[in-house]
Amino acid sequence: MSQPYPFFLPRDRNWQPEAYTPGYKTSIARSPRQALVSLHRGSASERSGPVFDGLEIGKYDNDLLMNFRTEGTVAGLPIGERIIMHGQVIDQFGKPVPNTLVEMWQANAGGRYRHKKDNYLAPLDPNFGGVGRCITDSEGRYRFRTVRPGPYPWPNGINTWRPAHIHVSVMGPSISTRLITQMYFEGDPLIPQCPIVQVLKDDDAVETMIARLDMTHSRPMDCLAYRFDIVVRGALQTYFEE
Amino acid sequence: MYSQYKLQDDSGLLRETASQTSGPFVHIGLALEIAGFASRDDEIWEELAKDGAAGERIELVGRVFDGNGDMVRDALIELWQADSEGNYISRFDNKQPFSGFGRSACANDGDFHFYTVKPGQVDFDGAPMAPHVNIAIFARGINLHLQTRAYFDDEAEANDACPILNSVPSPERRKTLIAKKEQGGDVTRYCFDIYLQGENETVFFDF
Ligand SMILES: [Fe+3]
Repeated sequence: MSQPYPFFLPRDRNWQPEAYTPGYKTSIARSPRQALVSLHRGSASERSGPVFDGLEIGKYDNDLLMNFRTEGTVAGLPIGERIIMHGQVIDQFGKPVPNTLVEMWQANAGGRYRHKKDNYLAPLDPNFGGVGRCITDSEGRYRFRTVRPGPYPWPNGINTWRPAHIHVSVMGPSISTRLITQMYFEGDPLIPQCPIVQVLKDDDAVETMIARLDMTHSRPMDCLAYRFDIVVRGALQTYFEE
Repeated sequence: MYSQYKLQDDSGLLRETASQTSGPFVHIGLALEIAGFASRDDEIWEELAKDGAAGERIELVGRVFDGNGDMVRDALIELWQADSEGNYISRFDNKQPFSGFGRSACANDGDFHFYTVKPGQVDFDGAPMAPHVNIAIFARGINLHLQTRAYFDDEAEANDACPILNSVPSPERRKTLIAKKEQGGDVTRYCFDIYLQGENETVFFDF
């Protein structure tokens, strides 16, 4: 019996980061040392995946300028540079990936996360939570409104700082296409210094994570726009069950 | 339009966007209640099966250990499984009694928990695979999420015949993929600890 699920182009493990990257210290104890066992093109278990068109997305789920307001109170807007973050999810063949879940989370403009375990001295912003999600449209497009996050220090070496970044999670059509990455901002001098960026061996791989200033989608007197397109593994073929 | 996705490999295919660690604060984005946020109206969380779900109700719990034997308390776990009949239900819908996808986090006590049903057998090239769930592990220090499977120790016969289990070269290492049934409680509970590194390193898959 054939399966109704596509096959996917193999993941290029020389392009993607290796598990053991000693410059990023936490990876040392958290990296498997045995070879991965290849399932080649995968079974139905790997080729299938969840679809989230039944997930109820709230009105402000993709609007971080608005979604941390407490209902019934008059609250202000978050502090920071107002930005639109937008782009298209496509596969390796350039085919749009519609109807897929894109999730993101980030620090506030001062570089502080709203998380119990973040105790960086930059203050929390009472009007900023730092989480968003949306479903791509029929052309694979997604869009968030937020503030540009600040860089923050972290304990890896002496005086290591994360470049400004937004964590981005995308499902794609299968668990085979599942991907979590970080979006960086064009021109940030902290990018090449960052041990987490440096886990990539190829400068071109780093380029895939750098959003470009996009004046055509900016809004005069309101906000700048950054474009960040996401490429997931290509779907090769679909067999339909009789 | 100027876009970073024009990068192509030698055969003209676009390059997959590079992966990065989910970092220590993944909960903000994917496990809101763990980060201390109020839940939105509809969340993806650890209860895959609700009242009325067909099949045997089970609980799947486990911990993640690093190479030093320390518990990884900031991991996020994703589960993908077939229903009790062995069919993948792609549509995620919290209003239905069963959805095949869920998330849990190793936080507080370090355990992840899923409330689900035991999956049925799914065929692979005409041969049945033993009942299993697919697991993805995201955490600080993990550059590209790790992928594994949990099988069930009370399915010994099916496990012995599973083409995927048998594709793991070392029979000894296959044992790292078997969740252990625990006694007691109303619901059957299976324990699946994940070892990122070391003597008992879990088998991770590339697919
Ligand atoms: Fe971060």
